[in-house]
Amino acid sequence: MKRRNFVQLSGMGAASLLVPASMMGNVIETEALLEPGMDVVLKKKMADVALNTAKSLGATYADARIGRYLNQYVFTREDKVQNVVNTESFGIGIRVIANGTWGFASTNSVTEDGIKKATQQAVAIAKANSKIQKEPVQLAPVEAHGEVSWKTPLTKDFKDVPVSEKVDLLLSANAAAMENGANFVNSALFMVNEQKYFASTDGSYIDQDVHRIWPTFSVTAVDRAAGKFKTRQAMSAPMGMGYEYMDGLASEKLEGPAGITLYRKSYDIVEDAIQAANQAKEMLSAKSVDPGKYDLVLEPNHLGLTIHESVGHPLELDRVLGYEANYAGTSFATLDKWKSGDFNYGSKIVNLVADKTQVGSLGAVGYDDEGVKTKKWDLVRNGTLVNYQAIRDQVNIIDQNESHGCCYAQSWNDVQFQRMPNVSLEPGTEKYSIKDMVKDVEKGIYIAGRGSYSIDQQRYNFQFGGTVFYEIKNGEIAGMLNDVAYQSNTQEFWNSCAKICDEGDYRMFGSFFDGKGQPSQVSAVSHGSSTSRFNDINVINTGRTI
Amino acid sequence: MAIYTEEEARKIMEKALSFSTADTCEINLSGEESGNIRYARNTVSTAGHRSNQSLVVQSSFGKKSGTATIDEFDDASLEKVVKRAEELAKLSPENPEFMEPLEQQSYDKAINFVEATANITPEYRASVANDSIEPAAAKDVTAAGFLDDSYGFSAMLNSKGLFAYNKSSNVDFTVTMRTNDGTGSGWVARDFNDIGKFNASEASKVAIGKAVMSREAKAIEPGKYTVILEPAAAEDLISNMARSLNARTADEGRSFMSKEGGGTKMGEKIVDERVNLWSDPLHPEVPTSTWSGDGQALKKTVWIENGVVKNLAYDRFWAQEQGVEPVPFPNNIIMGGGDASLEDLIKGTKKGILVTRLWYIRTVDPQTLLYTGLTRDGTFYIENGQIKHPVKNFRFNESPVIMLNNLEALGQQVRINGNLIPYMKIRDFTFTSLSDAV
Repeated sequence: MKRRNFVQLSGMGAASLLVPASMMGNVIETEALLEPGMDVVLKKKMADVALNTAKSLGATYADARIGRYLNQYVFTREDKVQNVVNTESFGIGIRVIANGTWGFASTNSVTEDGIKKATQQAVAIAKANSKIQKEPVQLAPVEAHGEVSWKTPLTKDFKDVPVSEKVDLLLSANAAAMENGANFVNSALFMVNEQKYFASTDGSYIDQDVHRIWPTFSVTAVDRAAGKFKTRQAMSAPMGMGYEYMDGLASEKLEGPAGITLYRKSYDIVEDAIQAANQAKEMLSAKSVDPGKYDLVLEPNHLGLTIHESVGHPLELDRVLGYEANYAGTSFATLDKWKSGDFNYGSKIVNLVADKTQVGSLGAVGYDDEGVKTKKWDLVRNGTLVNYQAIRDQVNIIDQNESHGCCYAQSWNDVQFQRMPNVSLEPGTEKYSIKDMVKDVEKGIYIAGRGSYSIDQQRYNFQFGGTVFYEIKNGEIAGMLNDVAYQSNTQEFWNSCAKICDEGDYRMFGSFFDGKGQPSQVSAVSHGSSTSRFNDINVINTGRTI
Repeated sequence: MAIYTEEEARKIMEKALSFSTADTCEINLSGEESGNIRYARNTVSTAGHRSNQSLVVQSSFGKKSGTATIDEFDDASLEKVVKRAEELAKLSPENPEFMEPLEQQSYDKAINFVEATANITPEYRASVANDSIEPAAAKDVTAAGFLDDSYGFSAMLNSKGLFAYNKSSNVDFTVTMRTNDGTGSGWVARDFNDIGKFNASEASKVAIGKAVMSREAKAIEPGKYTVILEPAAAEDLISNMARSLNARTADEGRSFMSKEGGGTKMGEKIVDERVNLWSDPLHPEVPTSTWSGDGQALKKTVWIENGVVKNLAYDRFWAQEQGVEPVPFPNNIIMGGGDASLEDLIKGTKKGILVTRLWYIRTVDPQTLLYTGLTRDGTFYIENGQIKHPVKNFRFNESPVIMLNNLEALGQQVRINGNLIPYMKIRDFTFTSLSDAV
């Protein structure tokens, strides 16, 4: 029953939302979010204290990250505000290499004295650990960027939007769902601003202002007579955007099969709450699926999670090498498979790219947390495995001399390590819409939105559910289904990818609290795709009687 | 960083309370020191130390509440944090579910702090890593493990005169052992309040043994099998079920405890009559704090007795709405077991599967508490009372409610993740597919 790494922010039984404790900080008033924080000139001076101290103590490399992390969370339930939380966390993390070994220390005392002490501690840890270090750290070279800055492209900073406006929006979505027959609604808005300053002995001083937002809800319909309940989650995606994501622009809406409305870079939470209420009610009497083989038509806000689990994680180089063996596990995508140059990860139309620059994505930054300019690179090209995700001290292992720029720490007081960049499936090159795709399927199931997910520790066998399921018969939608989950094996699944819609259907899925490492750190990452068809996938029926 | 004594904590909190002008005020003070070591590829990868301390003030005017936190405890800081909480309270909307703070309660003396755990040194942590790595290397096995130890305190004081204090200590250890040919994997977990009960060599030996034994597993058809679940395998499913014994969701019709036609299954037999589930903060093997986060006294509470649901957790608001006494959510779960050892259970099994642990467990259907996940790090085929050979890992789709109706036998209890869970033999456990993962 231990949940000590989580903080319960909305204390209402099954509806409670747990947030990783590391995503918290000191609770502050809303106005304090707007305070500017430490001036960039002073940040440079403070960072130089760390870099100079480290060098004087014999470090061959040092970096300093001064971070101010601001969060605002709003939780509501039906017609009640459960909680509004603003938090701030500020401090500096210093990482050094001494005697060929990493050392890290952090402090919330961002003063010359505090920084000197923490730097001494980092160097002392490096020197102590060097006695048991078998292979000295090899850092890939990085360009000196000088003094640069980067900011998430946005038009509405969440900090400028009054809390009352956010509360009103959630309550109106709740009310819309209740008016349309929902029995319960929980809704939440998560907003994050990372103000990060990075400096290193390689000659970079990087100031970044990173924003993320996630509106979400769950709508429940109950049939008391039958003793049944069904829940429909929001069709939103967490995004690397400002509050403008909540504008609900008509130009960013798409009509999916069975009349379902889907969203690109602008979300209409009230409209989605209404369709959620209607769909939750429909689920109560929908047909239970006949198990067997189906052609699956997977919507991007669903497929993103499958990409995350079956492509994103297995191609993290630290997992491949065994560093995560005791926690998340290792990977089937071993070095020999990559070296062979002909490992068929998927069918010929499957192109999977890693990208830390994609506008609107959760993973987008100008520079990673070790000062590497971000970029886009291939992981799987024409179905063949071509690369991994690696950072400065890893790329030498795969005979490369340039970091991929995907190093991240969740906070100033955590050490940075390799984290998943946005990993996305490229859209199909020929013109092909979701309507065309449904028309071409004889016996299939259309799955939209995220659901239950589980994959083994080497990323072979997985099982996924979804938010809503529709049967496809002879090219037509034939009604809603219940109790659907599909099981497959990563390589078989991606090799069964038969068709991908064009870029007109391209959207991003996001994971806001992806965990990795011990002690665990969270990160946020997006996965883009267009609706895709996978042939002959095993579907099970998950209905049970207790 | 200080781990304050009861008197020191009380003094700081009383000072903070003296600045309060709100109708009611509740102050929580906590501090924790923790250390860890992580190793992989038979070498240490990271080691760390963390200190946290925090004072949280919740001030309320009528049903309007505000919360503020601070990590500095001088008089000026305490005054500032109380003022900030009061300003936030005035700006907050009314919370219709607001409950007034409790008056002084009577708490049992807790037994969940052990001094030795607070005295763990970096050298000790390094020796734990070494106790895994050396025997692993000697058997052509690679160790990856994590030791995390912590001790700290939490205290509460409110304007109604309630004061509560608890000091705790905890150590968590896991290690995964993988054979260097990549075909075998073993794992072990240990957790204690008292580091004196922990033996890294013994634990590592168990994981190494499983790794070596699980090499070159054979594939057998998925389907319904009799399984022997080690406590680490059953714990997640059992504690997930216990966590769902919530009165409010059951009353609202959105729980596995909700009944056809309305009402709940409280008082009904939902699992085999040999199933007994309770919580007890004073159990010597799994002690916890004797008060809950909202200041209620935690006592021994029976959840399921002889298969019958005896209690559902009621928070204070829902209890008031329903006109019943609140039943606080517990800090541990204890499932009654038997005398049989793992060896006894294996001996009594004609055909079955021994499961070391289940992994990546996720809810499939909250209506039936159906979960999916996979076996991992040691799955073995049993025939005629003996382990015959390792088998490839399976994906399961199973509900703890169905599983505990298919109970064959219960064995000895083992502490896992702060809970006390027995070995259990279950018939017709549902494996739905095979995994190639080692």
